[in-house]
Amino acid sequence: MRISTFWYCLKQGVINICRNILFSLASIATVSACIFLFCLFFSIMVNVQYVVKNTETTVGITVFFNEGLDKNKITQIGNEIKQRKEVKEVKFTSAEDAWAEAKKEYFGDMQDLAEGFEEDNPLANSSSYTIFLNDLTQQDELVSWLNGIEGVRKVNYSKTAAEGMNSLNKVIGILSMLIIGVLLAVAIFLISNTISVAAAFRKNENQIMKLIGATNYMIRAPFVVEGVIIGLVGASLPLIAIYFLYRSAVGYVVTKFSILSGLFQFLPVDAIFPYMAATAMSLGLGIGFFVSFFTIRKHLKV
Amino acid sequence: MIELWNVSKTYEAGNKALRNINMTVADGEFVFIIGRSGSGKSTLLKMLLKEVEPTSGKIVVNDMNLGKMPRRFIPRYRRKLGMVFQDFRLLKDRNVYENVAFAQRVIGASTRSIKESVPVMLKMVGLSSKYKFFPQQLSGGEQQRVAIARALINKPEILLADEPTGNLDGHNSMEIMKLLEEINKLGTTVIVVTHSQEIVDRMKKRVIMMDRGTIVSDEKKGGYTYEN
Repeated sequence: MRISTFWYCLKQGVINICRNILFSLASIATVSACIFLFCLFFSIMVNVQYVVKNTETTVGITVFFNEGLDKNKITQIGNEIKQRKEVKEVKFTSAEDAWAEAKKEYFGDMQDLAEGFEEDNPLANSSSYTIFLNDLTQQDELVSWLNGIEGVRKVNYSKTAAEGMNSLNKVIGILSMLIIGVLLAVAIFLISNTISVAAAFRKNENQIMKLIGATNYMIRAPFVVEGVIIGLVGASLPLIAIYFLYRSAVGYVVTKFSILSGLFQFLPVDAIFPYMAATAMSLGLGIGFFVSFFTIRKHLKV
Repeated sequence: MIELWNVSKTYEAGNKALRNINMTVADGEFVFIIGRSGSGKSTLLKMLLKEVEPTSGKIVVNDMNLGKMPRRFIPRYRRKLGMVFQDFRLLKDRNVYENVAFAQRVIGASTRSIKESVPVMLKMVGLSSKYKFFPQQLSGGEQQRVAIARALINKPEILLADEPTGNLDGHNSMEIMKLLEEINKLGTTVIVVTHSQEIVDRMKKRVIMMDRGTIVSDEKKGGYTYEN
């Protein structure tokens, strides 16, 4: 394609937008709303996943053994656990370590008070393995496997943490898909309508182009340019809004609700924005291109 | 050369527009097609433009069989034809220069080529001084000249004109016909569909008369023989 032809098509696409500015604005607004929600849910989901990942590294499964179980057997169980695919890390805590930890936790600076127990470790049967997983969703499976091992007395794990995080992520995912789906349908309908109106405006011109010998591609190009511009502008506006909104929201939560920072850690805007921008712009471009392409194809049988 | 072999066209509603048409137009010929409304003249032009497909028969233009032409070749084929309409069909939002340049622009011609050929074409149709005028600022005759310049800018081998003087007064009609005759003298085949008896009688060119989808007469230097 010649550069002059490219500029001509671009110019005609812009003229199309200006000719039915109200339709074009409505289309841009719908695409913007759709992509704004997409970015919003994208931010929430990425942050929830980040929290879940953090939880996965901090929430462990603790395995205790039957009274008097042989140390060799405990080591053998430890080796079997380490071989499991879902296991990321296994930490062994001996009875002595457990008692030292308990003394530190319960007696603090007055550990002398625990001297009476020195010869008779109250946690003699509390040697344990703490297991960290690669993926929290595999927790149930591993726990049931651990419970089935001979010599295992008790398996402690936080079911609510895993289930809560996963179900929250799922709910957000489904909700966002539904809302984005509805908005996407509206955006497609409006862009298609805008392109149809533009095609009606240019009916005479397209007819002349056909008879002069313009190719289908040349006749359709201004309309596709129009759709792409609508899609790209519709994607850029919410991205700008989300960038500042996210930064302010995270700053606000961190300063006003500092207690939350111990529980949740938000991703900085610069960490998520490049991915969000790339996805949103591709989405805008894709919607604009495909909707205009297929709409004008329907209108112009050359 | 244009050749039509046993060409018939029946529209979906059952209306028979053309019945078994056979005709040949040699390169560089000037031909008038006359006949009553509904005689099939416009259908014939549409078929030559490959806007309408014949129900049966064969159309060959410059050795190209239109019936066997793949769709993707149609734009390239149409560039060999120029088309002039009764209602001019100019773009009202563009000036004279842009209307003529439009025909080159949409086939992907370079800006340099456009800048070179548009002034030449405007000079040929006598509108050099009005290149900045918009169609509504021009007379009917001038608008048709712009349309002719647009039709000729891509150097077509054949010029098809559907009632080119239908919206013009007698003086402007003759001016347009003189222009078409000059174009014909430069080697372009010209086919004009018209109702104007005065023009046909004065030009003394080949006249094909149609009636109810058939050719009823074909005279080398004919006149307007049927009663309107």
